[in-house]
Amino acid sequence: MDALVSGLTFVGIYGLSYGMILFLISVGLVMTMGLVRVVNMAHGVFAAFGGYIAVALMNSAGLPYALAIVLACAVAGLGSLVVERLFFRRLYGASELEQALLTIGLAFIGIASLNLLFGANVVSATLPAPLTANIDLLGRSVQVYRVFVIVLGFAVVLSLWYAIDRTTFGARLRACVDNAGMAEAVGINVRRLFAISYAAGSCLAALGGAVGAAILPLEPIYPFKYLVLILMVVVMSGKGQMMLAAAVSIFLGVVDTAGRFLYPETGSFLIYMVLLVYLIVRGNTLIHSPVVR
Amino acid sequence: MMHSTLVPAPRRWQTWLAASAYWLVAVAVYFLFPRNLSLASSILVMSMFVLSLDLVLGFAGIVSFGHAVFFGIGAYAAALLVLNGYAEPITGALISGAFAGAFALIISPVVLRVSGLPQIMVTLSFAVILFEVANKAVWLTKGDDGIGGIEPLPLLGVFKWTAFGQTQFWYALGWLFVIFVVVRQVLASPLGLALQGCRENAQRMRFIGTSVVGKLTMAYVLSGFVAGIAGAVSTQTTKFVGLDAMSVDRSIDALVMLVLGGAGRLWGALLGTPIYMTVRQFAAQWNPFHWMFVVGGMLVVIVMLARGGLLGLVEQLRSRKPRGSAGGVHHG
Amino acid sequence: MADFILEAKGLHKRFGSLVVTNGVSLQVQTGARMALIGPNGAGKSTLVGLLTGQLVPNEGRVLLQGQDVTGLAPERRTKRGLVRTFQINNLFRGLTVLENVYLAVSERTGTARAFWRPAAAHAEVLDEANAVLEQLGLADVRHEKVSALAYGQQRLVEIAIALSLRPKVLLLDEPAAGIPSLQAGLLMEAIQRLPSDLAIVMIEHDMELVRRFASEITVLVAGAVLATGTPRDIMAREDVLRVYLGGLHAGAGNNKVDTCLS
Repeated sequence: MDALVSGLTFVGIYGLSYGMILFLISVGLVMTMGLVRVVNMAHGVFAAFGGYIAVALMNSAGLPYALAIVLACAVAGLGSLVVERLFFRRLYGASELEQALLTIGLAFIGIASLNLLFGANVVSATLPAPLTANIDLLGRSVQVYRVFVIVLGFAVVLSLWYAIDRTTFGARLRACVDNAGMAEAVGINVRRLFAISYAAGSCLAALGGAVGAAILPLEPIYPFKYLVLILMVVVMSGKGQMMLAAAVSIFLGVVDTAGRFLYPETGSFLIYMVLLVYLIVRGNTLIHSPVVR
Repeated sequence: MMHSTLVPAPRRWQTWLAASAYWLVAVAVYFLFPRNLSLASSILVMSMFVLSLDLVLGFAGIVSFGHAVFFGIGAYAAALLVLNGYAEPITGALISGAFAGAFALIISPVVLRVSGLPQIMVTLSFAVILFEVANKAVWLTKGDDGIGGIEPLPLLGVFKWTAFGQTQFWYALGWLFVIFVVVRQVLASPLGLALQGCRENAQRMRFIGTSVVGKLTMAYVLSGFVAGIAGAVSTQTTKFVGLDAMSVDRSIDALVMLVLGGAGRLWGALLGTPIYMTVRQFAAQWNPFHWMFVVGGMLVVIVMLARGGLLGLVEQLRSRKPRGSAGGVHHG
Repeated sequence: MADFILEAKGLHKRFGSLVVTNGVSLQVQTGARMALIGPNGAGKSTLVGLLTGQLVPNEGRVLLQGQDVTGLAPERRTKRGLVRTFQINNLFRGLTVLENVYLAVSERTGTARAFWRPAAAHAEVLDEANAVLEQLGLADVRHEKVSALAYGQQRLVEIAIALSLRPKVLLLDEPAAGIPSLQAGLLMEAIQRLPSDLAIVMIEHDMELVRRFASEITVLVAGAVLATGTPRDIMAREDVLRVYLGGLHAGAGNNKVDTCLS
């Protein structure tokens, strides 16, 4: 019985924190898909850069944890605006294959840059002392850090929910997701709105990469390594459905953790099986129907 | 050029020369680079694989991001055939291809019912899953180590496999030629035109009575078969098969090679592959991550400036020249 | 009294809480020349979607040549002779005009399964495709990509594809929409030359075309059939006039209206 509770606690805490990080690095892409239907395979690059920059600021510049992360997010946000202006403008209306190819190319460049700037080795994140302490939770010794991640994740989810559901900006955002043409006709500045949410999404990805550096280790290949997971969240969430994305991310985080915990040999399969079953069942009603050219 | 099925192409000697150029160059390579035949063979093998990808992606419009699954199945099947006593290379390659084609048939209902991003996801998922299966099934695939020491019987019972790869080269070239002719023939047929129709407007195809899934399945299975043969030939000529045969890396590589040369044109596959692989050979001395700059840059430039790849650029240049093309229109 | 070649029985279609098709029943005879008219938003395109199988009705049945095809996919219905054209051009834009029509002919004749002989070598298919193009005045542009054609010519390609399928029932969705009068004329001629045993249902807003073409009219309003009958009967009905003219002239016996609609 004890082992069961202990096991559940493990899967629960670790799965939940993993899911939260997954949410942070994916939610931006969920928004992008919802707003402009662009397949962005390079989204993970912002998460990786966020993590790397935060670590660099902490290690080289000696900045405190929180400050380093905030700065890293700001840099990622600004960087994403530049990328959007340079490349994404061309992608609106292009075929999904072209979008995928271009953004994969950008991801390649991003990965190569990470290697150039930070080296090929996995970077270990140094956590501030309070977070490294362990607490006893339901028979399991758990790092405070994990609980911190969960709390942070919930805080972000709540803030996002409030922003989407209760503010004017959120209302405009939902209008754009629903029908961008109509939204523009009604006077909503779709371009600016998209730029803001794109930057916000990239910031959140950077946050996820920085805070989650101990869960998803930082290495140059990071953007590709977690691409399938990010896409899974996007595919299973639907257009711009951030709350659903949160639920999906938590679900996937817990399932993946449970899989690896219960079946260490083959556990990593479980998540892909989930994806396959989902794709088989939902068929072509995903995201949007094929475009008739 | 494969571009328009029904436009009567003027039979000029330049067309014949252009068509034979590739094969003549290939033969010339044999004499000019006797020490690089293994690279040449791997280019030929990869060209077959990229050809199979063009069939589904360029012509039928199936976005396959995990096509190496079929290459890998063919490669491992060929190895296992030899290890279990069946070492005749040509039929061995056909049988291995059949295994890959059968797998394509099995997963086709899942892959072909979707399109766009969902299709990318499905094909990618299969690629990742199959790779993990191959990785974990060490009893079958020897995992990371790979299966070595594959010794096929002499070709046609006569030509022994040589240390410097001469027989291997002609074997690979022979297969590429046969595959190219067959695929081109199929694509020039009414079925080939129907596949292009499915790519252009799948919905309208249904409204002229076509079972789109049926046509796409035919293309997908044929493509799997060809990719499997490519994998088998790879194993037979290098006497080795490893996990890289089934890797997502290989799938993405093929995608880049195809897009570089120009999809939907068959010759694009044959043009993009040697260029990409030769450049990569030189860049191999670098840090592998620097090579990613090159590939990434290639993809970005192609999509932003030259969507039809190199052949697309060539066509654009040709259509600007003021030449009186009798009746037909140059598809620039 | 011939059996109906196409029949709709009590079709209902809802999108969420929006009822778009509200108990529509329709009978089309062999050789019919029926016009389907109604104000925008009446559900005409949805009805076509239900008849062709693109949409699945919540209730009701569709019968083709007496057989229930309600569950049948669009391609199967096309094979049985139910063909539609599209209001907005829905062609193979990257292929040539000839290839567009060739596809239709080859699919109909079963040649689309042939995978060895080049498409150009199937003379019967090629000849037939060329003949259709001649008929519609598209022979000169046969090797042009559809995307390079003027909109009006593209419309003609829509018709060419439909004709190549040798339909038994042809659903024309606003065939003259957006094309200049010259091509509209060519189009109407082509339609009038169609075999008399072919049933045609045409959705149109252009009353002149309706007048020249239709021997019966069905009026669809707010997802339901308001009236069906000969043009003379329909045009005289007050409720039809009200729907089209907003009630101002209904029952007034206004000459302008009579001239317009007779």
